[in-house]
Amino acid sequence: MGLIGTSVKRVEDKRFTTGQGRYTDDIKLPGMTYACFVRSPHAHAKINNIDTSAAADMPGVVKIFTGSDEGIAGFGVPCGWQVNFKNGDTMKEPPHPLLVADKARHMGDGVAMVIAESYAEAKDAAEAVVVDWEVLPAVTDAKAGAAAGAPLVHDDAPNNLAFDWALGNDKAEVDAAFDTAHHVTTLEYKNQRLVANAIEPRSAIGQYDTAYDKYTLYTSSQNPHLTRLLMCAFVLGIPEHKVRVVAPDVGGGFGSKIFHYIEEALVTVAAKAIGRPVKWTAERRESFLTDAHGRDHVTKAQMAFDKEGHILALRAKTYANMGAYLSTFAPAVPTYLHGTLLQGLYKTPLIHIDVDAVFTHTTPVDAYRGAGRPEATYLIERLLDTAALEMGMDPAELRFQNFIDPFDGVEEAGYQTQVALQYDSGNYHPVLEKALKMVGYDDFRAEQKAARENGKLLGIGFSTYIEACGIAPSAVVGALGARAGLFESAQVRVQPTGKVSVYTGSHSHGQGHETTFAQVVADKFGIPLEDVDIIHGDSDSVAFGMGTYGSRSLAVGGSAIVKSIEKVIEKGTKIAAHKLECAEADLEFAEGKWTVKGSDKSIAFGDVSLTAYVPHDYPEGLEPGLDFSSFYDPANFTYPFGAHIAIVEIDKETGKVDLKRFIAVDDVGNVINPMIVDGQIHGGVVQGIGQALHEGAVYDASGQLLNGTYMDYTMPRADDFPSFETDRTVTPCPHNPLGVKGAGEAGCIGSTPAVVNAVMDALSPYGIHDIQMPVTSEKVWNIING
Amino acid sequence: MKVQISVTVNGTNYQREVEPRMLLVHFLREELSLTGTHVGCDTSSCGACTVHLDGKALKSCTMLAVQANGKSITTIEGMATNGQLHPLQEGFHQEHGLQCGFCTPGMIMTAADLLANNSDPSEQEIREGLEGNFCRCTGYHNIVKSVQHAAKKMV
Ligand code: FES
Ligand code: FES
Repeated sequence: MGLIGTSVKRVEDKRFTTGQGRYTDDIKLPGMTYACFVRSPHAHAKINNIDTSAAADMPGVVKIFTGSDEGIAGFGVPCGWQVNFKNGDTMKEPPHPLLVADKARHMGDGVAMVIAESYAEAKDAAEAVVVDWEVLPAVTDAKAGAAAGAPLVHDDAPNNLAFDWALGNDKAEVDAAFDTAHHVTTLEYKNQRLVANAIEPRSAIGQYDTAYDKYTLYTSSQNPHLTRLLMCAFVLGIPEHKVRVVAPDVGGGFGSKIFHYIEEALVTVAAKAIGRPVKWTAERRESFLTDAHGRDHVTKAQMAFDKEGHILALRAKTYANMGAYLSTFAPAVPTYLHGTLLQGLYKTPLIHIDVDAVFTHTTPVDAYRGAGRPEATYLIERLLDTAALEMGMDPAELRFQNFIDPFDGVEEAGYQTQVALQYDSGNYHPVLEKALKMVGYDDFRAEQKAARENGKLLGIGFSTYIEACGIAPSAVVGALGARAGLFESAQVRVQPTGKVSVYTGSHSHGQGHETTFAQVVADKFGIPLEDVDIIHGDSDSVAFGMGTYGSRSLAVGGSAIVKSIEKVIEKGTKIAAHKLECAEADLEFAEGKWTVKGSDKSIAFGDVSLTAYVPHDYPEGLEPGLDFSSFYDPANFTYPFGAHIAIVEIDKETGKVDLKRFIAVDDVGNVINPMIVDGQIHGGVVQGIGQALHEGAVYDASGQLLNGTYMDYTMPRADDFPSFETDRTVTPCPHNPLGVKGAGEAGCIGSTPAVVNAVMDALSPYGIHDIQMPVTSEKVWNIING
Repeated sequence: MKVQISVTVNGTNYQREVEPRMLLVHFLREELSLTGTHVGCDTSSCGACTVHLDGKALKSCTMLAVQANGKSITTIEGMATNGQLHPLQEGFHQEHGLQCGFCTPGMIMTAADLLANNSDPSEQEIREGLEGNFCRCTGYHNIVKSVQHAAKKMV
């Protein structure tokens, strides 16, 4: 009771703090075998021959599969989103084979799968597979890939273009605004490639039960049902009802575990072929090469202003790196999750964005925490702080005067942007006001001046962001190219004793659904939290699900649960009225019981549920049982927003950027569990700052990933950060029953430009206007030392 | 050419024949089914595999099982005593120091060693003490608070 809005401690913690979590790699099945992949060491190379004979004779080897084997040849993983060319031509969608037989197109492309009695034996044998490679020239940068004469990734995709795309106002009109503007700010940069790096490496176990002709796939996935659908219907052509997909405890995803990967299909095929379970778990180096990467945009962006600093127009051109194949949601990321966000929080009247989606000889790129919205936010927010610097204006003031006016989405209509979306509800001034107050902005500039006089480089950076999440209305995304619906399902089963089992299609891999969802259910039913169990991640128990990504679990999955709760209460009311011999209208349901209004006559939740299953004295014509399923398809996206402020100090001797303070004021709508929401913000902020200061995948010209291990790729560590200062405002979402907007990605979307802006502010005495991420000590030192 | 080893884990002595190349972490996970100790990398960087060897924190992927012969090991499964959670286990729960939980066993084992050497660490000392353990979920903020929580309980 009264559980919504309280920081209930997580019910899932005990198993994790005691070592009893059960992740895919922890599962051991009788007779299990182990798979190790032979992967391409080259970014682009022809396969003249694969010789597995020596490997096949190695100890413990059970079977070796290659791309020419029956059941594998001709099969590949599909893309789930279609974005066509501007001229209407169909997107180029070359096959992504389960194992490549003729040509590898990125370092890490799968060539053979070796199965043995132990992983060590499989690995030994994989090393004995001899591939005759003919190395070909490669291209790794999106803009270079689109240039004339670049090596082609797929012969039937000229200029390596998967598609081109544009959105916004008439280009000529936008250009005209630039021609007459008082000031134009221009930035050209790379929003660098990141590796998701969930700490649990991907893992998959295939199992086939001959007695029932049934497959089971255990997989570290953010959306087991979609994986089942894709694998059954679009990859292997096996009947969906004969496949169970289980995503047990999953050690973080951040987008990288949304997608359907070749290894999932391969262990499934192999398990049937050899009649034994097959487990594959990625080594970290494989994660670097095969988990879908994130970001990787080459962008030129410009913003036009009048004399007072009003934004007149925004235009941008982005080359989005798709990698070697189109991953599941890849086409949506630089387009409908990026171009559509370029309105930001501002009244910008004219916007145009142009995107070329380019194949390169690199690991496929897809959604990574924020997916498109961090790129959009970086674009806008870097332009704003740069413009403020160039025009001698205060960056906070510049934002205030361009903010969209408040609208609640109920009395006042949603805000129609120039780039297709309609914001649900927003009140933007208070987040920045609050953040300024927390940081003590009034005093900061004096402090900064004093610091500069003492030879210290102190800087402040701002980012006021909006994002679109709670994805998404199925009809809308369908019109935009999604090949799936984006609803969610939930079943609320009240057991005879009044205990409740909730089956949700959302999947928790750190978000704490087992707590948050239980809070909603216990609160609405007025029963103890312990009486509610949240079940997720198993396609045999959960009817259907679209999984967890795009900060959609509570906004969409939670709403589906609420729909089922309402159905339970409605039916319960009928039963209660029968038992209490009154009209339904005379009853009210609160605190776990139905009470006849104005009396002390009542019946408890558990008595009603028992009656539903022991229907001796029961309303005529009413079905027994108290168990409801619902599907919820949202009316709109949700639009969280916020203000992030970073303060950095730069060490002149070393160029090291020291993050002194980080303030985040976020508005994610109503909050069910503040503790969990804060945790989501903290984690997102660190990932966003990771991009600003530390992370970035680096390929050399031949397509070798140079930093494909933790020895080389800089992961954010505990001592890179201060404790964060967080707060929030609450602007409820007007179109879902909980009024929630989603908190999973906000931190990662807002934080990156705030930190880079702070670095630029600190370095402003050096007269530079831009720096490329990650902002390493070396780059900063070079600026300081001319 | 397997090798016979004798290792005490969480107070129980185990005799096993292992391949000389088997890492300690794989011994714990595969031979003893103690899957609370995780593998997050292949370069001894992430700390997910941290256990205690004769009372000191150790990344169990940096050591061969045969090197643990005759030694005593504590894993996350051995941290609670008589059904009573270790103050760090309690601290991580109270302060929301975990999300997906994958880094958590390693974090707790490292933090336990840290607190054994410094019962009242500053925030900076905690952060530096944990810099060999990656967490991709929590942003470390609440992990620091969890360790502080435990430190207070343990004095
Ligand atoms: S698995 Fe041992 S440090 Fe990563
Ligand atoms: S809680 Fe997920 S990696 Fe730390």
